[in-house]
Amino acid sequence: MTLSTKSLSSGLLSRRTWLAAVAGLCLGFSAFTPAHAADDTIKVGILHSLSGTMAISETTLKDVMLMLIDEQNKKGGVLGRKLEAVVVDPASNWPLFAEKARELITKDKVSVVFGCWTSVSRKSVLPVFKELNSILFYPVQYEGEESERNVFYTGAAPNQQAIPAVDYLMKEEKVKRWVLAGTDYVYPRTTNKILEAYLKSKGVSGDDIMINYTPFGHSDWQTIVSDIKKFGSAGKKTAVVSTINGDANVPFYKELGNQGIKATDIPVVAFSVGEEELAGIDTKPLVGHLAAWNYFESIKTPANLAFIKEWHAFTKNPKRTTNDPMEAHYIGFNMWVKAVEKAKSFDPDKVIDALPGIKQANLTGGISEMLPNHHITKPVFIGEIQGDGQFNIVSPDDPTKAKLVPGDAWSDYLEGSKDLEADWVTLKCGNYNKVTKKCGGQAS
Amino acid sequence: MFFNSDNLRHVAGRIRRAGAILALSITMWSGCSGIAAHAGSFEDDVALFAARSFAESETAVTHLQVSGNPLAYPIISALKDGRLYAEEDSKKVFIKGPDGKIIDAANGQSVGALPDGAGVVRLNNRLRRTIDAALGSLTLLSPDVSVRVRAAQSVFKNHEESSLAPLDAALKNESNDTARKVLTAARAAVVLFKADASEADKLDAVATIKARGDQEALALLSGLPGDMSPAVARAATAAMTSIKGNLALWSTVQNAWYGLSLGSVLLLAAIGLAITFGVMGVINMAHGEMVMVGAYTTFVVQETIRTSYPTAFDYSLLIAVPLAFVVAGAVGVLIECTIIRFLYGRPLETLLATWGLSLILQQAVRTIFGPNNREVGNPSWMSGAFDIGQITITYNRLWILCFALTVFIILLAMLRFTRLGLEMRAVTQNRRMAASMGIATSRVDALTFGLGSGIAGVAGVALSQIDNVSPNLGQSYIIDSFMVVVFGGVGNLWGTLIGAFTLGIANKFLEPVAGAVLGKIAILVLIILFIQKRPRGLFALKGRAVDA
Repeated sequence: MTLSTKSLSSGLLSRRTWLAAVAGLCLGFSAFTPAHAADDTIKVGILHSLSGTMAISETTLKDVMLMLIDEQNKKGGVLGRKLEAVVVDPASNWPLFAEKARELITKDKVSVVFGCWTSVSRKSVLPVFKELNSILFYPVQYEGEESERNVFYTGAAPNQQAIPAVDYLMKEEKVKRWVLAGTDYVYPRTTNKILEAYLKSKGVSGDDIMINYTPFGHSDWQTIVSDIKKFGSAGKKTAVVSTINGDANVPFYKELGNQGIKATDIPVVAFSVGEEELAGIDTKPLVGHLAAWNYFESIKTPANLAFIKEWHAFTKNPKRTTNDPMEAHYIGFNMWVKAVEKAKSFDPDKVIDALPGIKQANLTGGISEMLPNHHITKPVFIGEIQGDGQFNIVSPDDPTKAKLVPGDAWSDYLEGSKDLEADWVTLKCGNYNKVTKKCGGQAS
Repeated sequence: MFFNSDNLRHVAGRIRRAGAILALSITMWSGCSGIAAHAGSFEDDVALFAARSFAESETAVTHLQVSGNPLAYPIISALKDGRLYAEEDSKKVFIKGPDGKIIDAANGQSVGALPDGAGVVRLNNRLRRTIDAALGSLTLLSPDVSVRVRAAQSVFKNHEESSLAPLDAALKNESNDTARKVLTAARAAVVLFKADASEADKLDAVATIKARGDQEALALLSGLPGDMSPAVARAATAAMTSIKGNLALWSTVQNAWYGLSLGSVLLLAAIGLAITFGVMGVINMAHGEMVMVGAYTTFVVQETIRTSYPTAFDYSLLIAVPLAFVVAGAVGVLIECTIIRFLYGRPLETLLATWGLSLILQQAVRTIFGPNNREVGNPSWMSGAFDIGQITITYNRLWILCFALTVFIILLAMLRFTRLGLEMRAVTQNRRMAASMGIATSRVDALTFGLGSGIAGVAGVALSQIDNVSPNLGQSYIIDSFMVVVFGGVGNLWGTLIGAFTLGIANKFLEPVAGAVLGKIAILVLIILFIQKRPRGLFALKGRAVDA
């Protein structure tokens, strides 16, 4: 019995890896253009899942990286050398992320890697990047509580997305009662912990906060939606802060629409729903629900319009949407190019030292800067879902003049984390404890 | 005039006739909210929309609401539907009619085309709420009953004092019972929140709201300000307790309904597997992908209809069901003939082969249709919900329940009364005897597998209505399907039916107590314990067939 299950699981695994490898190989080949495959090219690793559950989100990021690299090559490459993309497929399989990262760094000798989406995949590749001393650009909003020398976080930290969104609801919608609904894994759990502490610091009582977790891919939302409806009928304005991830959003919003919960009654603000996710839903029942991001496709700046045009031309599809993590890669990639030019070298140590302080115009009219804690400054936008699947920016009033918020690696609202500070320029430490004056403090 | 719709014209007419009432409400409204009767003209108010600020737009709506101008209703409803355009520089505001005609909002004159600088006046939730309240009191006198009911509902929620006069006017000539009831409740809500209403009136209002007895009544009562007289406060608390008790009772009914609905989804997902795994004994890990094939068939059907025959959209599912059966069934027959046929009697190899197959099918769909979710729309008869007592039943869930039972009955009848059904049963019970009776067992095997797959495809059509249509669709149902079949008893269709509904209902009663994550785990643990006690499931097959 034990024997058979063992052989079974190894059979499954090998088949899966084999398939993934084949898929990765095919895609990898199609990405190469033979003219660039000369020896003196600089290799850029792209570590995004092209198969499995996360392919829905990550495939787009692979495409945008190919576009950025292509564009840079047209401008003559970096330091006179052409760039070459190396695409691998970690197949939404967390241990495989570490394997593929190792392969990229040791076998393909890439100078930098752009990749990962879920926090668990990032955590899985961290030791590899530390051990082999390479650079990872991570483009997705995440729970914070981390700052590593080899990683640059171009997505939002909680203080650049979750907290401003809650502030907006408090101020504009006068929300007094909160449902924190999330998928059951590390990002929603940590974000909700931070939000709960934040709300309590603003005088919201525990009775007015309802926290709810659901499994990945949850599809039967009837009970939870009717619970939210019940919770919302206590006479105080109620809102849902949703960290529900990926596919589970579609049935959730469908159920909201079917049970007649409108945005004017109980608005839902989501941190994981962007233009890409809305492309698969009929958005008419969702009009007015909110999302908080650092970028929206609908922001009309010359830079953004040019980016969208180029994206449509590159993908040969005038309907492809752009989204927040894509902009994060845009910023990250350009920052890396500038840092390499500043350091006049592709050596990871020199580039890591050159990166803090690099400034790069983002697509929404501001100038983002890489901070010593390896996070960047970003504007925060609140958008309402429109009938056409795009977002109507409701905050700030003029999106092109948004104030930039510096990313905070360690949340100020969590015990154990509020004393920590990350600074890779002067302190050379990712978790310096301001109280004990020691590097290596731990967040509890 | 400027709108094609007779309805709107009628409303505008009615509003003009109700001018006196509105004039009355102007004085009341401006009196109580402390704003002096606004000096700005109608044109100035309309120009506020061009300021591109949510606050200015809100002011404009509240002013228009009480202006009594016949253009107020078309302007506000255009704003709501995103048909109101404004040009910032010239301060001009335009209404684009549902028929595409453009008129100047300030004077109602028809304009040839929108100027280049004009953009849609933007909305946010606060503005939407103001609009709903404004439209509520403006449409209370609408000739359409459903519009009146909706208006009364929104007045009930907003309970603005300014609505009292129109409410009274509406109540005076209301003939429809439902509308009358909602209007009375709305009036009670307004009276309850009116600062200078008498205590007796307020007590009456509490009684009326208590009679309404639903979630919204509870919300209204718990939102009462603290400065109520003691008698009213006491009555309100008593009413709240009684409503809560009533609602608790209904929530049990609601859980049972949710359970049935979840059960029907499980039944649909599992019923195909009950054939391939239950009857044939093939551990088919690619079963979920057959469901996915069905869902994508629905997508393709809907896309074709959208581009070629948009009027037939409501029939898309009726067309998709037989197509999905044929497509998934054909894929099933193909799989049986090329792979499974060579693996009978080797369950582990079958498991591995079908698992690999499921990955191939997923990646194939990903390559053809892309990794993103595809949009499958709900036809109008599957959208929305209706209320029975205090529970909400959504149409899509109701239809899926009916559909699941229909599929079950058809399948049962097929096995019982058709020649193929007879042959299938014969082959399952004793393959060699069946073969010697002249039944082409390999053909029956292929058809049986095709039948199971086809039914999975049909399930995909239904599931596309409530879940994502993505390459991962099948994965989320495969575990649940096996759970249902094993729990119900392998080889027994009735077991699958009972198993699906038992698991659905148990899950839904556990969920409010334990949460969705723990609830799911608890169900798994319970099933494991149950299987320990009864390894062959709820309804075990007895007799010689068991060992075959």
